[in-house]
Amino acid sequence: MTDTIARPLQARSFSRLFRASPPNWADLATFLLLAAAGILIVRGLTDVAQPLSRLSVQPVTLDPRNLPGYALRTTLRMFAALGASLLFTLTVATLAARSRRAEQIIVPALDILQSVPILGFLTFTVTFFLRLFPGQQIGAECAAVFAIFTSQAWNMAFSFYQSLRSVPSDLQEVCHGFGLSSMRRFLRLELPFAIPGLVWNAMMSMSGGWFFVVASEAITVGNTTVALPGIGSWLALAIAREDAAAVAWAVGAMAVLILLYDQLFFRPIVAWADRYRFEQTASADRPGSWAYDLFRRARLLPVALAPVFAFGRLLMSLDGGAHHRDVPRDRRPHPIAEWLWRLFLAALVLASAWLVIDYVGRSLSWADAGRAVLAALCTLVRVVVLIAVASLIWVPVGVWIGMRPRWAERLQPIAQFLAAFPANVLFPFVVIAVVRWHLSPDLWLSPLIILGTQWYILFNVIAGASVIPTDMREAASMFGVSGLQWWKRVVIPAIFPYYVTGALTASGGSWNASIVAEAVSWGDRHIEAFGLGSYIADATAAGDYPRVACGVAVMSIFVLAFNRLVWRPMYAFAERRLRLA
Amino acid sequence: MATRTIAAARPLVEVRAVSHHYGRTSGAGQVLDTVDLTLNTHEVVGLLGRSGSGKSTLLRSIAGLLRPSEGEVRLVAGDDGAEPTVAMVFQTFALFPWLTVLQNVELGLEAQRVPAEERRSRALAAIDLIGLDGFENAYPKELSGGMRQRVGLARAIVVNPSLLLMDEPFSALDVLTAETLRTDLLDLWSEGRMPIQSILIVTHNIEEAVLMCDRILVFSSNPGRVAAEIQVELPQPRDRLDPAFRQLVDDIYARMTARPVATAAPKDGHFPGTGIAMVLPRVSTNALAGLIEEVDAQPFDGRASLAELADSLQLEADELFPMAETLQLLRFAELAGPDIRLTAPARRYAQADVDSRKALFKQALLAHVPLAQHIRRILDERASHDAPGRRFRDELEDFMSPDYASETLRTVTHWGRYAEIFAYDEEDDRFSLDDPA
Repeated sequence: MTDTIARPLQARSFSRLFRASPPNWADLATFLLLAAAGILIVRGLTDVAQPLSRLSVQPVTLDPRNLPGYALRTTLRMFAALGASLLFTLTVATLAARSRRAEQIIVPALDILQSVPILGFLTFTVTFFLRLFPGQQIGAECAAVFAIFTSQAWNMAFSFYQSLRSVPSDLQEVCHGFGLSSMRRFLRLELPFAIPGLVWNAMMSMSGGWFFVVASEAITVGNTTVALPGIGSWLALAIAREDAAAVAWAVGAMAVLILLYDQLFFRPIVAWADRYRFEQTASADRPGSWAYDLFRRARLLPVALAPVFAFGRLLMSLDGGAHHRDVPRDRRPHPIAEWLWRLFLAALVLASAWLVIDYVGRSLSWADAGRAVLAALCTLVRVVVLIAVASLIWVPVGVWIGMRPRWAERLQPIAQFLAAFPANVLFPFVVIAVVRWHLSPDLWLSPLIILGTQWYILFNVIAGASVIPTDMREAASMFGVSGLQWWKRVVIPAIFPYYVTGALTASGGSWNASIVAEAVSWGDRHIEAFGLGSYIADATAAGDYPRVACGVAVMSIFVLAFNRLVWRPMYAFAERRLRLA
Repeated sequence: MATRTIAAARPLVEVRAVSHHYGRTSGAGQVLDTVDLTLNTHEVVGLLGRSGSGKSTLLRSIAGLLRPSEGEVRLVAGDDGAEPTVAMVFQTFALFPWLTVLQNVELGLEAQRVPAEERRSRALAAIDLIGLDGFENAYPKELSGGMRQRVGLARAIVVNPSLLLMDEPFSALDVLTAETLRTDLLDLWSEGRMPIQSILIVTHNIEEAVLMCDRILVFSSNPGRVAAEIQVELPQPRDRLDPAFRQLVDDIYARMTARPVATAAPKDGHFPGTGIAMVLPRVSTNALAGLIEEVDAQPFDGRASLAELADSLQLEADELFPMAETLQLLRFAELAGPDIRLTAPARRYAQADVDSRKALFKQALLAHVPLAQHIRRILDERASHDAPGRRFRDELEDFMSPDYASETLRTVTHWGRYAEIFAYDEEDDRFSLDDPA
C-alpha cells in the first residue's frame, strides 16, 4: 500500500479506475458518503469563524430541526480533538521514546495527567482561550476542543510510547543492518507496530470524549457564560427550561451519533488496523466491518487515500538514506551535564511546588484545605461503594454472557456502546426523580457517578470470561466443581486481570464524573451532594480559582494514591499469578 | 565446489582480539574473550557453541549491529577497493508482518534508494531464486515457517552481500523443513547462483555444522573463546551415515564436553563458578530421570554416545549438554570423551521406586551441590527454620549477574523441592523446612 507500489502497480491501480466497466454500487455509495462528509465539515467550519456576539443573536434553541446541525458541530469538535491528540501523540510520545531526558519528564507527566480530573481544568482553559481570541467564537470552540483533547491525549500518548519501547529487537536489527534512516524506521517499523494499540486507545479515548464534549459546550465561569451550538448546550437549555421531551431528543440524537461514528469510522479503522497486529499466525476471527468492506470494494479508495501515502512517500524521500554501518558505542552522558540536568529537574519541581502553594495559599486557609479533604473522603466512599455494587451486579452478568459465545458476540458491542454513551445526557431523568420525590441528594445522586463508567466493568468481564479455556471449564465440570467453589477457584481467578482493568478505568472515570454528578439542577432548583465534585463545581460557578485549584489538586492526589495503593498492586498480582499463559 | 577453489581465497573479514562484556566491568558479564577470526572468500564457516558462548554476539559484531567493548572487526576491501557488505538471516525470521513477501524483500533495496523498477526486478529475481514465486503478495502470517525463512533468505541475498550471516537460521523449524532448506541453500551455494562470497553460520547443532561448513570454530562458554578450529574436508554433498561424518560428529561432541584446561577446580565440572557461586542451569528433575532411564535401558545399557543419544531423544546438543553435565555434577554420570557413562547410584536410581529415587537424589544433592547444602544448613541453624529467598539471591549476586542468580536459585529450588530437603513459598519468597503434608 505504501511506496513499494512501484510504477507498474500504480499504473494498474489507476487503469482500474478508468476501465470501461460500469461503476459499481460500492463506488456510488462511497462517493456519496465521502461527499456528504466533506459538505458537513465545510458547513460546520464556516459557523466556527463567526464572532462570539452571534451566539447571542442566534442562541441555541430547542427546535428539533436544529438538532442535526448541533450534532454535527459536536461531532466536529470531537474529531478536531482527536486530530490534535494524534498529533500530540506522534510528536511527544516519539520524543519520549527517542530521548532519555525528554522521557524523564514526559513519562511521569503523562502518568499523572492520565488520572487528573480534567473537568476541573475547564475553568482555567475557558478563561485562557476566551482571552486569546477576544470576541470570537473560535476561542470558546478551542476551549471545548481542548477539554476533549485533555481527556484523550494522555492515554494515547502513553500507549504509543509503550509500543515504541517494545518494538521487537530482531526487527530493529534488520532496520539497522540495512541502514534504514530514522524517518524510514519510524514509518516502516515503529508506526505500523504501534498502530493496533493506538487505534484501541483512540477508541477508548473517543468513548470518554463524548462525556466531556457534552460537559464543555455550555459552561459558566464566574460571570462568563458561553453556550456553543451543540448537543451539550441543547441539553443545558433543556434542563434550564425543565423540558423533559427535549432531553429525550438529546438522548436519541446522541444514540444515533454514536452508532454512526462507531459504524462508519471506528469499525472500519479497527478492521484495517488488524493487518498491523504483530503476530506470526493468522487468527481465526478477524474484526469485520461492513463499511470497511464497502470502502475496499469501491475503486475510489486508492484515490481518496493517495494523499496520505503520498505524504508518507514525501517524508521518506526527504531523508538522506545513507548507509552507515557503524553503531555508536553506548554513549554515557558527561557526568557534569548529567548533574546539571538533575539540578534543572529539581529546580523545576521546587519552582512548581512553590507556585502552587503560593497561588492557593494566598487566598485559602488550612480550613479550606481540610474541607476539600473531607469532601474528597466523602467522594471516595461513594466511588468505592459504587464500584463494589456495580461489581456485584455486573460480574455475574458478564460471566454469564462471556461463557455463552453467541450472546457475547451480540452483547459485547452493546456494552461498548453503553460505555461510549455520555451518561451526563441521562442525568436529568434521575434529577427529575430526586426533585419530584424529595429524595436525599447525598444518597440518590451518588449512582450518577458510576452511571457511565460501570460498563467498563461489564465489557472487560465479558472479555475475560469468554477467553476462559474450554479445557479448564470441562475439567471443573468433570470434577463436579460448582457453586461457591466454582466462583472462587475457577471463574474469579480467571477473570481477575480483566476485572481489574475494567474497575480501574471505571474508578478513574467516576472521580471525573463526580464533578458534574454531585451538583445538578433542574430548572432553577439546584441539588447537591456533599463531596469533592460539588466542591469543585461550586467553586467553578463562583469563579473562585484558588478553590478550584485546591479541589483539583486534592482530587489528583486522591486518584493517584488510589491507583498506586490499590489498583497497581492488584494489577501486579493479577499479572504475576493469574495470567492464563 | 571445485570451481570455487580455483579462484584464490582472500580474507573478507578480520576479527582481531575482540572482547565484549555487558555492564560496566568485565568478569561476570563477559561474553567474549579475545577472539581472533579471519573469514575468507569461498568458504562456509560455522560458529558452534552452547548458549552463552557469545557466538551470536560475535555475529552481531561482524554485522555491525553491536560494537564490541574491545578489539576490532575489519572488513577487508577487495581489489576494486570496495568494502565487503553483509546481510543477515535471523533465527526468528524477523519479517515485518504488515509487509507482503515482495515488500519485505524490497526493504533493504529501498533503504539503499534503488530505483523502483530495478528494485522490483531484483526482488522478483531473488524470490524466484529462493523458490518463493507465487507468494509475492502473501503476508508472512499466511506462510509456513520454512517459507518465512525463505523470505528472510531472499531479503538478505537481494542486496548482494559479500558475506551472508546466519544466526541459527534453521533452529526454529521442524526437522524435515530444516533439512530441505539446508539442502537448497547448499545447492545454491555450490552452484554459485548466489552473489555471495562467504557464509558465516551460527549454530548449536553439531550435525548441521558438519553438514554445511568447510571450517568449524568450536566456542567454549563463559566467557566465549575459540576452543578449537576444525577443517571439514569431506566432499559435498555430505552423507550423515558416512563413517567419517559420524567420526567427526563424535569428535566434536568430545571436544564440547571436554573440561576447559584452564579451570583449576576440576571437581565442579563445567558450570562456571565454584562452591555456592556455581551457576546452575535450568534442568528439570523429570528430564534428568528420563535421561538416566534412557541410558540405563537397552541398547545403551549404562553407556551411550552423546551423538546417538541426541538422535534417539530428538534433542539438540544444546539441550542435552546441560542435562548430561548436571548428571555429572551429581555424580550420577561421567562424561568420557564422546560418551556418557552412568555411575552405580544412577543405575540404582533407574530401577528404584519414587521414594528411593528421591532419597538417592537427596543424597547426591546434599553431597555435591554446595548451594543446596548451604540453604539446608541455614534453615537447620535458624530457630524458626525459615529464611527469605532474598537472602540467598543477594548472596549469589555477589558472585554472578542478577539474571544468573535468580536462574540458579530457581533451579536449586526445583531440585530441593523434588528431593524434599526444603520447601519454598513463592508468595512470601521464603524457604522453610515446612512439610505441607
